[in-house]
Amino acid sequence: MALSRDEIFNRVKDVLVEALGVDDDEVSETATLTNDLGAESIDFLDIVFRLEKDFSIKIPSGELFQVDLLQNPEYVEGGNLTKLGITKLKEAMPHADLSSLDDNPDVSRMPDLFTVGTIVKYVELKLAA
Amino acid sequence: MRWIWIDAFTHFESKKRARAVKNVTLAEEHLHDHFPGYPVLPPSLMIEGMAQTAGILVGEACDFREKVILAKIRKARFSDYCVPGDQVAYDAEVEIIEQAAATIQGTVYRNGNEIGNISLMFSHADQASKDLNLPEHNFVFNDQFMSLLNNYRIHSANEHVGGK
Repeated sequence: MALSRDEIFNRVKDVLVEALGVDDDEVSETATLTNDLGAESIDFLDIVFRLEKDFSIKIPSGELFQVDLLQNPEYVEGGNLTKLGITKLKEAMPHADLSSLDDNPDVSRMPDLFTVGTIVKYVELKLAA
Repeated sequence: MRWIWIDAFTHFESKKRARAVKNVTLAEEHLHDHFPGYPVLPPSLMIEGMAQTAGILVGEACDFREKVILAKIRKARFSDYCVPGDQVAYDAEVEIIEQAAATIQGTVYRNGNEIGNISLMFSHADQASKDLNLPEHNFVFNDQFMSLLNNYRIHSANEHVGGK
């Protein structure tokens, strides 16, 4: 039977509590991984491993957390995402709400756009595929 | 000098699991300060012992081509102390080995009784940190470290020849 969004959220929450050592009341849909939950770069890989195990899914490198695109000079100029960069990023990360990049394409905002809800949405799409 | 916190491997199954042991002795200077009159092996050094056991297990899985670095202590829980005279055993089991990283689940025993669980994540430094310009030579698995595994292999071969 398919998991409901609430069930996915609760399991993602458990993964983040274990991976980041945070309290479960800190893990809300809108909490950002880096700023609110204190995730560091190695934690992202840990989270991927734990999600793969918990949901029995395979997460290809870069699919959940897209970073390669941000290092492409065609997509980032002077610290801002280009129009092409925004388009490519939206294509690569349909699970993230990147709509605010249209008005403010500052690439340093990327960590703020990656929330717990982004992971929940990713797992939801992955399980439905 | 390099701190080696395991004495010998007693089991080694490539890409799967390994067991290493350490004999705790009062000859270890730090035990006189940790704590004065009450010497106990610091749990941080048991984590290091597990990291060395598991690091060699992960390194061997890739023929020691990768620089295997302890990246994260995912979990470490202990229920008892180890004191001089004890033998500590570190059982490490591979959970995941991928291009950029690996995870292991470890169990710590004191004289045969389970006293701890440790989960570790290792990074394959060249794959995970391409922008760091790390030296080309493998500074992780140097001769001193490798001798631990070589001793185990020699020991195992001798046992086999002896028909044990």
